[in-house]
Amino acid sequence: MAWFRKEKKPRQPRREKLEIPADVWEKCEACGHTDIREKFVRNLNVCPSCDHHRRIRAGEYAAILLDDGTIEELEESLRSTDPLGFPEYPARLKKAAKNAGDADALLAVGGMMDGAPVNLGVMDFAFMGGSMGSVVGEKIARLGQRSLERKYPLIIVSASGGARMQEGVLSLMQMAKVSAMLAQLAERRIPYVSILTNPTTGGVSASYAMLGDAIIAEPGAVIGFAGPRVIKQTLGQDLPEGFQTSEFLLDHGMLDTVVHRKELKKTVSQLLRHMSGKPAAAGWTST
Amino acid sequence: MTTASLEFEKPLVELEKQIEELKRLAGDRQLDVASELAPLEKKLIELRDEIYRNLSPWQRVLVARSNKRPFTLDYLRLAFTDFVELHGDRLYREDPAIVGGWARLDGDSVMVIGHQRGRDTKEIVRRNFGMPHPEGYRKALRLMKLAEKFHVPVLTFIDTMGAWAGLGAEERGQSEAIAHNLFEMSRLKVPILATVIGEGGSGGALGLGVADRVMMLENSVYSVISVEGCAAILWKDGKSPEMREKAASALKITAADLYELRVIDEIVPEPPGGAHADYETVAASLKEALVRHLDELSRLKPDKLVRRRREKFLRMGQYLE
Repeated sequence: MAWFRKEKKPRQPRREKLEIPADVWEKCEACGHTDIREKFVRNLNVCPSCDHHRRIRAGEYAAILLDDGTIEELEESLRSTDPLGFPEYPARLKKAAKNAGDADALLAVGGMMDGAPVNLGVMDFAFMGGSMGSVVGEKIARLGQRSLERKYPLIIVSASGGARMQEGVLSLMQMAKVSAMLAQLAERRIPYVSILTNPTTGGVSASYAMLGDAIIAEPGAVIGFAGPRVIKQTLGQDLPEGFQTSEFLLDHGMLDTVVHRKELKKTVSQLLRHMSGKPAAAGWTST
Repeated sequence: MTTASLEFEKPLVELEKQIEELKRLAGDRQLDVASELAPLEKKLIELRDEIYRNLSPWQRVLVARSNKRPFTLDYLRLAFTDFVELHGDRLYREDPAIVGGWARLDGDSVMVIGHQRGRDTKEIVRRNFGMPHPEGYRKALRLMKLAEKFHVPVLTFIDTMGAWAGLGAEERGQSEAIAHNLFEMSRLKVPILATVIGEGGSGGALGLGVADRVMMLENSVYSVISVEGCAAILWKDGKSPEMREKAASALKITAADLYELRVIDEIVPEPPGGAHADYETVAASLKEALVRHLDELSRLKPDKLVRRRREKFLRMGQYLE
């Protein structure tokens, strides 16, 4: 009765097994989706499954917005100092520079966007939570000055918990400083586009983030004056679902639009061309 | 006026009690106690002076927050005449945490705008602790624009722990309201004088604080974050007196600190024992400073005024290059 007995053969895989080392996998913080890193990177670090926009470094952001090979860092020699003699601040600065580089919490660059020159400031959350101190304020003021002189539009990408408390009231004054510069751009009709990423709160949201001729946010970013934790404390209760997200702010009339990272460059570029009286870039359809 | 209410003013209370007692006895029994009274009163003055000269930064926060201190409406009563209050932002509602309106300073029309706190429970709640919603900032801006239209200077008084952090405030754009004020104040074509009269808390203070001249009363404070908030974030302890003292010192929030950092232009002196000890005197000092600055600023043409104001704020900050 051997005709029904299955012959025991070792199972052969149909394909060659893919040898993927463990460290190329990336897991989405929001939905847990796991994919090879390459896929995340190609998708501009947006989760291919749930569209969660991951936090990226300032340099990566500049590369997304500006044309290849046109990016030039500006004001790179500015460094934070310790004007108040604040406890542990010099050590924290040193550590932040080691981890996140010397650009402080804002990378200032010049470059081309679809062939048109722009000045761009990108906040870097990796540097002390993107906190705004004197260097951030001065870099934006100088970018603004450069925009005034050359009539280049200004773009700022925000990612910040707010003012840097280690520089005390000097940090607070950066809000006024940058706003005063933006008022000059406005009077000279130089477009300023503000892009809000996760998170944009505190002194940054209550100054330049909310002063754009166009204010654009990435999906799902937390944006607000007070951080969710503080509000929860004042209220003594949980916050409603989706409170202070980009979509919430859009619904409440605080943003012009919420745009996927993949569409960001095109959207900003279109807006700038509308505002500076330039024709649409070649290759765009009229849809 | 019994002035003492704060912990470190306890010795003053004791002394004041003794003096009152002595006076009462003297009155009852028709005794001449002048010889006993004089040294006690002298001691009171010296002690008050001593205590106030040596206030720690955290103690100054307590003084600045005290609801015995004069508020915006007190200064309006004492240093101005002919006040007509204007209400509402014309968009959503009236916010009683900021008051404003026409007034006269030495006979000249000015627009006065300031945070307003409450003294009793009902008023404290109505004024929301002097912590404005976006409507307060929008009302303030409306009044500033009105002043600009009629070529009248703007005087602001800062007295808030901060802008309100709540659901409605966020929904209606607290950030936008403050940002917009900073932007517009940097280009307003009439003189702006800002004075911190109590606590200057963060963006909620700065929303009335972009000015040609910024002054602070001697015992006021001005900070990027509340002392408690700073201690809580840095040392996970916003409650203990030691950590509060540490944070208050580190943040450099006193009038003398800000003058040294060149963030403010002048310190307005308070009478011995603080502004709450003598409303009339502090109001007179404040009025003198306001009149003097306005006199200087009124000589400038609007364009020059705005340019100088911008330059002043564009210079702020310290960095290495």
